[in-house]
Amino acid sequence: MSGFDRIALPGKLNEPERRVDILVIGGGPAGAAAARKAARSGASVLLVDENPLDPGLMGLDVPLWFGGRYTNEIQRPERLMEQVFAANPDLEAALDAGAEIALGVSCWGAWVPGWGLAALPGAIAGLADSERAWTVGFEALVVAAGARDVALAFGGWDQPGVMGARAFASLVSTYDAFAGRRIAILGSGELALQTARLAQSKGVEIAAVIEVGATALSDFGDIPAIAGAVPVAAGGGIGGVTSLEIAAGPDRRAIDCDTIVEAISLTPAIELLDVLGVDLAMQPTLGGYAPVSADGVSTSLSQVFVAGDAAGAPGGAPLAREDAALSGLLAARAALPSLGRGVHEPAAPQTAAGPDAVAYQAAWLAAFNEANAAGTIVCQCEAVSREALLAVRPPAYLGPPSRAQSGRDLARLLDDGPPNPDQIKRLTRAGMGPCQGRRCREQIALTLTAASNLPPQRAPLTSYRAPVRPLPLKVLAAWDETPAMSRGWDVWMGISGQWTPYDDIGTEREALSAGILGGEG
Amino acid sequence: MSSPKPKGAGVIVVGAGVTGLSSAWWLARSGVDVLVLDKGVVGREASSRNGGGASHYHSPLFHEEQRLWPQMDELLGYATEYRRERVIFAVTEHHLANYRRMAEICRGLGYRVDDLGPRQVRKKVPLAGDNVTGGIHLRAFGGEANPQRTVQAYAWALQDLGGRVLQHTPALALREAGGRITGVQTPEGLFECDHLVVAAGPQAEALLAPIGVKLPLAPARAEMIVTEPAPLMPFGGVDGHGLYGRQTRRGNLAYGGGPHEWLDEVGPLGPHRRPSTPVIQSLARRVAELLPKAANLRVIRSWAGVVETTPDGRPVLDRVSDSLTVATMSGVGFGLSPATGHAVRDLVIDGRCSFADLAKLKLERFADTPPDWRERQGWVPISHAQALAMA
Repeated sequence: MSGFDRIALPGKLNEPERRVDILVIGGGPAGAAAARKAARSGASVLLVDENPLDPGLMGLDVPLWFGGRYTNEIQRPERLMEQVFAANPDLEAALDAGAEIALGVSCWGAWVPGWGLAALPGAIAGLADSERAWTVGFEALVVAAGARDVALAFGGWDQPGVMGARAFASLVSTYDAFAGRRIAILGSGELALQTARLAQSKGVEIAAVIEVGATALSDFGDIPAIAGAVPVAAGGGIGGVTSLEIAAGPDRRAIDCDTIVEAISLTPAIELLDVLGVDLAMQPTLGGYAPVSADGVSTSLSQVFVAGDAAGAPGGAPLAREDAALSGLLAARAALPSLGRGVHEPAAPQTAAGPDAVAYQAAWLAAFNEANAAGTIVCQCEAVSREALLAVRPPAYLGPPSRAQSGRDLARLLDDGPPNPDQIKRLTRAGMGPCQGRRCREQIALTLTAASNLPPQRAPLTSYRAPVRPLPLKVLAAWDETPAMSRGWDVWMGISGQWTPYDDIGTEREALSAGILGGEG
Repeated sequence: MSSPKPKGAGVIVVGAGVTGLSSAWWLARSGVDVLVLDKGVVGREASSRNGGGASHYHSPLFHEEQRLWPQMDELLGYATEYRRERVIFAVTEHHLANYRRMAEICRGLGYRVDDLGPRQVRKKVPLAGDNVTGGIHLRAFGGEANPQRTVQAYAWALQDLGGRVLQHTPALALREAGGRITGVQTPEGLFECDHLVVAAGPQAEALLAPIGVKLPLAPARAEMIVTEPAPLMPFGGVDGHGLYGRQTRRGNLAYGGGPHEWLDEVGPLGPHRRPSTPVIQSLARRVAELLPKAANLRVIRSWAGVVETTPDGRPVLDRVSDSLTVATMSGVGFGLSPATGHAVRDLVIDGRCSFADLAKLKLERFADTPPDWRERQGWVPISHAQALAMA
């Protein structure tokens, strides 16, 4: 006869508010195409997109590195809803096909039953808007979450006006709320070229394109492209950046600009995939860690599919719109058979076209590190400098390190084994702030590999955890939790007797002391 | 060129969690040649992510816990972020009654505890709200430390004394000869020892079973959430309302509690995944209820990890034979770790604990535990649907 643990998790989680056949995360061209295809095939489809974003999150550089260069237009939710819709006509097509679309809704976690997760009420995703959080069940999940910028530190990068190319594209296109006028672009590959074209099409002046390598990787036409130069300082004032100082050998010069756009590399937005437990691998030609996939859209979990830049950003640049849409179509086509809709025809493996983005990231980081002071801040949230990272220095609130502590630098830590970003994180606090490591993960990992004389492609992955968006306690809170959760809540395991005072064990007082801390309900 | 290191040590400790590391450090302080083996990096599991609390009045190690913590930074040579004091408060009458009883027990043990009314709680805990029913203040004891920093501090302090830690070296099997344990088999080969300390957490049961030592353990997942920093309160050790946790020195609110999920046995390499679950929503709710003035703070991460639990939820600290000592704290190991290490050091070197009676923590109490004890206690993984049918 089997017992039942009233305090354990099974039976306590809320049923999802609703269940859909296919849940699509992200309303870019890939997500919209997936939703459209799935809805046309008769599946019930919900597509969520987190835009328009909570302005507070944008200020934290979540989910993209906005660098504070947005206008007050981001504060007008009604206008933004229309703007987001207008910016992506594919969404309208998905809607016409019968997909439901929820804007301003983020996905902060997703789970499918498996080892250690028997207690889930099926496959579910956690969603949130600015008011509350809830869960939705799905048969298949298509993650089309896009890609985000790899941020690399140089002098003065921690002031308003230094931002990423993906965030620039979002502000210029999705939001029509870019606050800059004259930009300098760092990087000269495909991402930088796309950024330059976008800027030109939107009437944003380009002061210069900077490349640390000997020659520019793309032809920028009339735009001044300066190769063999490295940014050493972003000059600025109270409103942020006003110039960019670059060094080329012994020569230094300043470029007038109000915004510096790092267009070095994107990396796939894999945080949800990591929470799900999808197999991920370092794939340098796809921008870094990306899902392992035979056909470009399937993953190691049978209910989870990927599409668009989240599946891989070739060479660290976004897919062309039509390629992203094709990827979404293929993802839907791969997902539908599990619903009994359509026959699965394995898609031809996508060719991972694109140069090694991680080598390019590492080349930039090496140039930055050589030209910039060791005191340059790497983790903005926790104010951790590169020097502090390499010294594994405890945070300033602990005061001057002890003598023993001073000898415990990165080189010594590496004597104990391969570089582990989680260890560095917990000792220096780098990556532990509200931006959830979005601005420093890659550079910390690359710094660790460089310090260990490993190739950059061996850069370790720091794990992601739900919630993958910072959510206020009151928003994430389960105000409607099940009675079983409320009744069965215990501070620890609910084991009667675990907290019995030692002297009472085996005496008549034992029964009296049960349930002080544990075993309530 | 460094000379090749010896393959083994006087004492090998399996498990670089907080219990194993503290034990090794104490042994090294007594001049013992000690080697710690771990499947991963130091403090990877629950040892570095937990409430950080040090107020275990129920334990025979309690007095030693309280005596040692204020000295630990100096003894280790590295910061643990330990701070004395704890305020525990309630927003329901039910919890308040529990906390008042806890206060009585602590007073009975010779510690000062002040009962607090709602106004007094709000004065000591600025983030508390109008819903407070009352609380208790543990005066100059029952504090908290930073688990992430402490676990590394143990490892470093151990190395400073000549002890060694081998990471990424899982213990696969124990070697015996002439009725004694003589070594540990790993992928890196055999490591020989005169005495073995098994502090391997959830992995301990499977490691010990082949040599006929029965240590019944059930692994389970526990979860915590962490917010962005809040303004620092006068005390970091602040919890209650069915939560354990603290405000970190940086200001983050880090709290855990709520339902665990029983897991299938984990292999010698540990669980390949440690997922957090939607339980974090109920944690967020309770933190917002405990500290309403923090309700707008954002949750920026969560943690979930595997802890082991004995059938009665109590530790095993036992010198099983001349060549084997077993240490599991049944999931409640961090705060007690300074004292646990001392106890293990005493057991290994002197054969008995010098500062506490540990007779009730011996392994023999499980001699008659039936093989299907987990099923009988309902400590097995079951599905959502099965649970709804059984409830």
